Amino acid sequence: MSELEKKKTEFEARIREFVGLPEGPPYLCPDAVNEAMIRHWCDAMGDQNPAYLDADAAAETVHGGLVAPPTMLQSWEMRGYPMHDATRLLPQNNQRKLHAAFDEAGYTGVVATDTEQEYARYLRPGDRITAETTIESISEEKATALGIGYFIVTRSVFSDEQGEEVGNLSFRVLKFKPAQEAQAAQESAAAPAKPTRIRSPYGHDNGWWWEACQEGRLLIQKCSGCGELRHPPRPMCGSCQSTEWDSIEASGRGSVYSFTVLHYPPIPGYDFPCPVGLIDLEEGTRICANIAGVEPEDIHIGMKVECMFDDVDEGLKLPFFYMVE
Amino acid sequence: MTTKEPRHSEVEVGDALPQLALPLTTSLIVGGALASRDYTPVHHDRGAAQAAGLQDVFMNILTTNGLIGRYVTDWAGANAVIRGLAIKLGTPNLPGDTMTLSGRVSSKSDDEIVVEVAGKNSWGNHVTGTVRVALRA
Repeated sequence: MSELEKKKTEFEARIREFVGLPEGPPYLCPDAVNEAMIRHWCDAMGDQNPAYLDADAAAETVHGGLVAPPTMLQSWEMRGYPMHDATRLLPQNNQRKLHAAFDEAGYTGVVATDTEQEYARYLRPGDRITAETTIESISEEKATALGIGYFIVTRSVFSDEQGEEVGNLSFRVLKFKPAQEAQAAQESAAAPAKPTRIRSPYGHDNGWWWEACQEGRLLIQKCSGCGELRHPPRPMCGSCQSTEWDSIEASGRGSVYSFTVLHYPPIPGYDFPCPVGLIDLEEGTRICANIAGVEPEDIHIGMKVECMFDDVDEGLKLPFFYMVE
Repeated sequence: MTTKEPRHSEVEVGDALPQLALPLTTSLIVGGALASRDYTPVHHDRGAAQAAGLQDVFMNILTTNGLIGRYVTDWAGANAVIRGLAIKLGTPNLPGDTMTLSGRVSSKSDDEIVVEVAGKNSWGNHVTGTVRVALRA
């Protein structure tokens, strides 16, 4: 086991100890459900529902009086202003300790990804709510568009002063290592720019291939044992199981073995319709890449193509195959 | 608000909710975060958002929740009771963009309907999900 793998195993063992633990003791939400906070919420959301805002009109509805928007449920337990400063924050509960463990390991980013909520009843001004939150699960390590990270699911149950459940929710966040492009984006602090493409996973076994692309060179991995060519790059030869390899530079000439044209979903950073081809390189292996410089309806199987490297985003060159007939 | 509230008996699977296009201003994003008591810096401090890899402050999930709730009751009216929701976030909501909410009734039981909702911005779906609602009979 490499030093890196050992560290990862230790880290995962450490974070998994938190699964099943309560976030902390039951938390009595600091403010009773109240009209002022309801009104501020409705103002921001543009919600004009009279059941939330107009006592007389609310009395005439099925609610029989003023109620809080049910989707506000989680707001009652939010810690408010102190949240802006993670360093001086609040009691050291298990949730904070877990997040701190992630931060230390470089997983400093956090983003909510989904929530499921059930409302047993609508809250009314005067209700005093207690939240009990448990750390329910932590995923395997995942590669995401934001960076590598782990999904953490917490479950909260909310009850009133009588101990009756008023609602519950599960909440999933991604704790991630911000991807390198993130740092670049930080420097160009502008209004929303054209979205960049999601970078291909780039690691020990294939980084060399992508680096050659940045120099405008199309490489093909070649087994040192039996001489077979292979693509995409991988550590072991499928024919002779040798892990020794070299590479040759492709001429870039080839023909369309098969292709498809993507219309939907519109993935940010790509132009649509987006033709994707499986190209037989003349050296004798196959590569998947975009076909360019031709109307999608003019692409056909067997069409001769040649590779050119285009700048897709800043610092990203990719091979495109152009028709040569 | 619509003046005429749909009744449970009138609603059919497939019925579409009117679309709602919401301009995503910094004020909405910051105002929504603070109204939901979520002072996580990425939702009000651009520098913090950029350090986390985004171009600008982005909407918190509680605001997305609130907007979905509003969107459904704008259509369903003051007598509707939201019983639950399940949403998944996709692309971030950033200032300068617009999110268009759309919805349709995807199922109906004796006392409840499910509305499928999606909020789309220029990058794709910011949010997709379902809302369970009880309407007046």
